Amino acid sequence: MVSLTVQQKLEILADAAKYDASCASSGAKRAGNGKGIGHSDGNGICHSYTPDGRCISLLKLLLTNYCTYDCVFCVNRVSSDIRRARFTPEEIVSLTLDFYKRNYIEGLFLSSGIIQSPDYTMEQLVQVAKTLRTVHYFGGYIHIKAIPGCAERLLEEAGTYADRLSANIELPTQADLVQLAPEKKSHVIEGTMGHIHDHKAGLDEERSRFRSTPKFAPAGQSTQMVIGATPSTDRQIIQRANHLYTSYKLRRVYYTGFSPYPEADTRLPLQASPMVREHRLYQADWLMRYYGFAADEITTEDKPELDLSIDPKLAWARRHPEFFPVDINAAAREALLRVPGIGYGSVDRILRIRKYHKLSIEDLRKLHVRLKDAEHYIIAADHLPIHEVTIFDVAQKAIESEVRAAASESISKVEAALPAMQMQLFTQAANSAVSGVL
Amino acid sequence: MNSLLHSSTVLRLRVPPSFDAWRELARVALKQSIGPDQIDFEDNTVAAVGDLFEAAQDHTRSLLDVPRESTFAPHVPRSFLDRALLAGYHRDSARWNLLYRLLWRLQTDRNLLRVEVDQDVGALLRLVQQVKRDEHKMHAFVRFRRIEDERGEQFVSWYEPAHRILPLAAPFFAERFATMRWSILTPDGTVFWEPDTPGLQFGPALDRSHAPSEDELETLWKSYYGSIFNPARLNPSVMRSHMPVKYWGNLPEVELLPSLLQRAESRVATMVSKQSAKPTAAPYVPEVHSLPILAQALPSCRGCDLYEHATQVVPGRGPITAEVVLVGEQPGDQEDRRGEPFVGPAGGVLRKAMAEVGIAAESVYMTNAVKHFKFVQRGKLRLHQNPRQSEIMACRPWLLAELDALKPKLVVCLGASASRSLLGGTFALMRDRGKLLETSFAKHVMATIHPSAVLRGRDEESREALYRTLRDDLLVAHKFIRAA
Repeated sequence: MVSLTVQQKLEILADAAKYDASCASSGAKRAGNGKGIGHSDGNGICHSYTPDGRCISLLKLLLTNYCTYDCVFCVNRVSSDIRRARFTPEEIVSLTLDFYKRNYIEGLFLSSGIIQSPDYTMEQLVQVAKTLRTVHYFGGYIHIKAIPGCAERLLEEAGTYADRLSANIELPTQADLVQLAPEKKSHVIEGTMGHIHDHKAGLDEERSRFRSTPKFAPAGQSTQMVIGATPSTDRQIIQRANHLYTSYKLRRVYYTGFSPYPEADTRLPLQASPMVREHRLYQADWLMRYYGFAADEITTEDKPELDLSIDPKLAWARRHPEFFPVDINAAAREALLRVPGIGYGSVDRILRIRKYHKLSIEDLRKLHVRLKDAEHYIIAADHLPIHEVTIFDVAQKAIESEVRAAASESISKVEAALPAMQMQLFTQAANSAVSGVL
Repeated sequence: MNSLLHSSTVLRLRVPPSFDAWRELARVALKQSIGPDQIDFEDNTVAAVGDLFEAAQDHTRSLLDVPRESTFAPHVPRSFLDRALLAGYHRDSARWNLLYRLLWRLQTDRNLLRVEVDQDVGALLRLVQQVKRDEHKMHAFVRFRRIEDERGEQFVSWYEPAHRILPLAAPFFAERFATMRWSILTPDGTVFWEPDTPGLQFGPALDRSHAPSEDELETLWKSYYGSIFNPARLNPSVMRSHMPVKYWGNLPEVELLPSLLQRAESRVATMVSKQSAKPTAAPYVPEVHSLPILAQALPSCRGCDLYEHATQVVPGRGPITAEVVLVGEQPGDQEDRRGEPFVGPAGGVLRKAMAEVGIAAESVYMTNAVKHFKFVQRGKLRLHQNPRQSEIMACRPWLLAELDALKPKLVVCLGASASRSLLGGTFALMRDRGKLLETSFAKHVMATIHPSAVLRGRDEESREALYRTLRDDLLVAHKFIRAA
């Protein structure tokens, strides 16, 4: 066989790596070490953007796209007629250093097809990271795929060189795996995640007592699942993600909408899963991680799919009129976080500002609150959600025409949910708003 | 009280692009209680407005020359100072007046900065945010090019930041590239780093002709850029929002954009049509699965390209009552000429082994995973070539139809190709041969080596060992059938 040039290998093995969504380089601080290039201030940097709108932060490569597995959804499966290539560890090391020196990248994200055995494959990946760190004193970011089922000592070694490890969960349910990825098993993948988690927790604990304990995967672990290749519902996906977040303290779950690729199996859909579904899942993910929503609240048993036309927070608000209105100038942080159109950045700003200044609708507009959605659910210094209050009252058999009475009634309902401290403020604000508006 | 305070004309100060310069002027002005409407901090990098005579007037000297008798200590919180320093890097010529107005208002309203919805505070935060973003983008978009001189390698970049952020952004590169010799050239100034000299060195602006115009590694970088994106998910507007066009001038990879965008759609269309047009014999296989009907339909198969070169299709052969089906790989040279399976040298080995274990050759049905001969012509010779997985899968509907017609008690896969057809792409032949497996299309399937493997053995000894393997597995099959 004619041996391929580095450029040809790069084309093949970058192309094969592009289906991995993660490219984050954040979450790990690493000061310059004075002996080699590279540092990280903890914030990721996107060095370029490709026409699909994705960022290039890391040199994302497969060590090889040869693979002994036959996962139907994967372009690199053994039965796929694609061009194959394999880098040597040295080639990847030089590419990483050369790219890094020109400021093209933050570091390396290395994955691989399974060759020979999970252990052998993992050893190769660890070898690359080890060379970068111990021979070249490379201080940039390194993300390594944890090959499910590989020996625990390899995971432990990988974590001492890598900033992040990730074992892909691949598909939302074990049933999906049986169908599309016969060699992969949820319990093996979760076993790998579990070992990374336990080992990291142990070392982090130890480091709190002995500062010399080496860091282990300081940017934690993440995973990825392909959505839209199987009929699993959004509710199943969200619950699965929640399980992973709580059991293994994952930093991120990446959702990749299935998209067609060369030589795909005829069992797969011909069309890409709509990008908006992926977007809604990420919104749901954020609601769990930053907005205090429980996994079960985001969808319902009867309607297990996310509504693609509106964001999941708005959908929740429409299902829960009893929770609203929320007073911008008095409500607790947890309540503000549930208002559609207000992001957690805005919540923090509102909390800061309202100590010194009662916020009006115009002020919220300046803070880039999406008023189109928010105005129906909030009380501000000069605003009451009249329209929505009337609608709720129809539902709650209250009075039709007396808007003032309606407002005070809904206020008393919300009061029960608020800390006693804030009640008085709230009522005052609401009353003044009522008189102001009417 | 000095006279400046009472003058009805506005004090005009020309401020150089330096926060310290403004700070010095602002401190003096504040101590003398000069209100923001009585003073104008002009950006001296911008041509002065107004008539020539007035524009020439700069009251900086007269302000600084005033004797400083005041003991008034201005209130300048850290939160203001940090933000003002950042805003000072902005190119907005109105920034100095904005900062002074805020400073003035802070003297009486100490919580002013917390009211982010205030117009002046909002304006300050916007400046700060734009400067920070520009700094972040500089960290991202500087591209070094490598050159060599008598002192070894050096990395040089030409970069055009949106604001005057070079001093703000440079320490990042010092930490990151501490062991490299590098310099960044911008229209506002230059910064150098020498690994063995402490500290960054700043110098006057140099134009872009002083920076190298190429780096051979950019070819690899562009290959990477062109390969790493997914053409099925084009989203150029998001790309532009994160990587605004104003930064494109110094990014080598951007040259590829027009052709990448143009080709993306056709790349996806090709992928999809390839997937839906995967070779398969399914449309050619009759609905009625009986051996004569299948044999009749076989010659018209165009499920893959192999029919183009083979002499003829080679159907399976054997009695309809057969309890055992042997599946080979594909017809060989002689089978292709005669139209019958297992009549070449490998067939001879198989028949010998069957006879030794007591299987009557005429009682079994013999067929192949692929029904046409695949070869390369070398002079007069036609050299056997392994069928690709796609060809094996394309031909699979014929094999399944045959098994459906026969409903055998046992299917024996001979070799890797037959195993891949019936037992999946990851079946490990040497590990799992000789074992009885259950499948959806036949109650029992087992696999063994192909008789041609015996012929290809390295030496007499290994040929003998391989033959024994084949014979022993066939014996297992025979015993199973006898027991069943």
